[in-house]
Amino acid sequence: MRATVWSGRNTVQVENVPDPTIMNSQDAIVRISSTAICGSDLHLYDGYVPTMKKGDILGHEFMGEVVDTGPSVERLSVGDRVVVPFPIACGKCWSCRHELYSVCENSNPNAALAEKMWGHSPAGIYGYSHMLGGYAGGQAEYARVPFADVGPIKIDHDIPDEKVLFLADILPTGYMAAELCDLRGGEVVAVWGAGPVGQFAIASARLLGAERVIAIDRFPYRLRMARDGAGATDVLNYEEHPDVVETLNELTGGRGPDACIDAVGMEAHHGHAPIYAYDRIKQAARLETERPFALRQAIMACRNGGTVSVIGAYGGFMDKFPIGSFMNRSLTLKTGQCHVHRYMRPLLERIIDGQIDPSFIVTHEMDLGEAPRGYETFKHKQDECVKVVLKP
Amino acid sequence: MFELPRERARRLADLLGWASIGLGVPQVSTPRSFDRAIGVVPDREARAWTFLVGLRELGAAASILVIEQPHPVRSVWGRVAGDAMDLTLLARSWRSRRESPGRLGAAIGAVVVIGAIDTYTAVQLQRSARGDGEEGGKMKVKAAITVDRPREEVYSYWRQLENLPSFMDHLQSVSALGDRRSRWKVNAPAGRSVEWEAETTEERPGELIAWRSVPGSDVGTRGAVRFQDAPGGRGTEVHVELEYDAPGGSVGAIVAKLFGEEPHQQVRDDLRRFKQVIETGEVVRSEASPEGASARRLLKQRPAEPLRVPVGAGAGHNGNERS
Repeated sequence: MRATVWSGRNTVQVENVPDPTIMNSQDAIVRISSTAICGSDLHLYDGYVPTMKKGDILGHEFMGEVVDTGPSVERLSVGDRVVVPFPIACGKCWSCRHELYSVCENSNPNAALAEKMWGHSPAGIYGYSHMLGGYAGGQAEYARVPFADVGPIKIDHDIPDEKVLFLADILPTGYMAAELCDLRGGEVVAVWGAGPVGQFAIASARLLGAERVIAIDRFPYRLRMARDGAGATDVLNYEEHPDVVETLNELTGGRGPDACIDAVGMEAHHGHAPIYAYDRIKQAARLETERPFALRQAIMACRNGGTVSVIGAYGGFMDKFPIGSFMNRSLTLKTGQCHVHRYMRPLLERIIDGQIDPSFIVTHEMDLGEAPRGYETFKHKQDECVKVVLKP
Repeated sequence: MFELPRERARRLADLLGWASIGLGVPQVSTPRSFDRAIGVVPDREARAWTFLVGLRELGAAASILVIEQPHPVRSVWGRVAGDAMDLTLLARSWRSRRESPGRLGAAIGAVVVIGAIDTYTAVQLQRSARGDGEEGGKMKVKAAITVDRPREEVYSYWRQLENLPSFMDHLQSVSALGDRRSRWKVNAPAGRSVEWEAETTEERPGELIAWRSVPGSDVGTRGAVRFQDAPGGRGTEVHVELEYDAPGGSVGAIVAKLFGEEPHQQVRDDLRRFKQVIETGEVVRSEASPEGASARRLLKQRPAEPLRVPVGAGAGHNGNERS
């Protein structure tokens, strides 16, 4: 089959590899109909996530048709159309039983690697480094899906792929970012990053009762989408207003946003400040793994007693964490890789009801064979790119 | 007779301790003659340095022979640092107060040789200390995991010896021989295997199983697994303690290799697989680690792409034909 493989920093190739086979009795094999490039794939592409190996198949946002099932699979049958959640979860351990699927205790055979870096290991993830399991990813014609009775959600045939594909990751991820903010109605929420996850975080914050949502980015086309597509009430282009904290104060009567969502993660960009150069150099020299500019700003900007929700992906260690601001001002920090399984069914229902149509973020559709161009276009935000969907 | 590196290193350390006394005593008591003997002009400064070096030597001796017994790793590394200091002092003397180039050259040569021996000994001691428990001569490992199942169930699974190979990476087979005895066979590199007989030394249903290899076995090992309720109804904590005698001979070398550089890691991986088998029914495999959690596989990961030859549940499974 054809598959998108990582072949070193800033290089992906579409190669011929063996077809997947059943390895565990609860596996299913899915023939992929749509698969997307995620913002977090760019961290792998850029080489900032350790334990990648040449030849790894990328991709953790995919859907398709079940073509084979292992002997213990009961809920799925050949021919079912499914969306596959990106964290691999066994459904049986304490964490899974408490709906903490992205920290499943059994799905990472390489847990020892993750423990060295992070103390304890989270769940395995498709195509997302060896530290997180070394599973082949889904930017391919077929994928093996472990614990097939636990993760995949069945989809009726009359809904187009583009409306449900993002249930695999970014829609629930954006939704969880907003849910972590504990909204009760009437809040002001600021969202750093108007990429795909940021867009869905904005839409979800509105859905969950935020009165105002402020989108922060530097690309006018993304801010336009945040306002027109996702429903942001205000947009803030930090290249026009470099003092983001001060601008947010002006927008919120000096209080600061009630909740701040970091939908940026480890490779934050910042126009001018010397602190950007500091982080950029330290990251390039591998002295710190993150460029946490958005996170620092989110903490400084948040109102006293407010909540900072971190949904952008981080990998290792950051410098200059503003612990003083965080501690003295009674902030709450909430975070996590999305527990996708928890949100798939309720969000599918909202899609069917017409409350959300996630397809507004799709800007590019390409053949799987064009994956290398897809990565470049997405990485450099060429051609007003927000989301690339690949068709095998 | 073949001597273990560990024993050799200890004997060397003792010798070095006595050598420290042999040098320290004349340095402290008669620094002038000592300086002459090594070809240095015994001026005030030279004598003072010699006296101080002598004190250091006596301290090193005390440290090696008494204080840090039986494993004087730090003391011997201290000697290595001392050698570096001595070389510096001798080099300075070569420039400013050389009395006899022949004797001073010999002294410098001697310090270089002693430094090499010190370094070798320190490295050997450190190697044999790693993986050791409290007492030297044994490898001790402890590890624990929590399994989200009732204690009786977790205990019963472990108690069935034939279940053990399903999660213990190296274990080929265990067979019960009756009368609390069992036969253990583990895979070894190059297609070989090692076997020994074990006896259960203690058994408290639902709580503890302890065992040891019978005297005279090729492999000397003891171990115990404890089961206790995890707080808050979170299932069962499984605590494993294992001990292997310092291996000697060819069988010992194989066991050492099996146990590897990271014995703790291996036991943890076995426990991880135990948890997977009980909670999910099987060892969880990925494309990069097709055998499941394994310390050896971590060092030699496959790329995360499908295997050419099916493994696990897929081997022999008739999948639908795909392009």
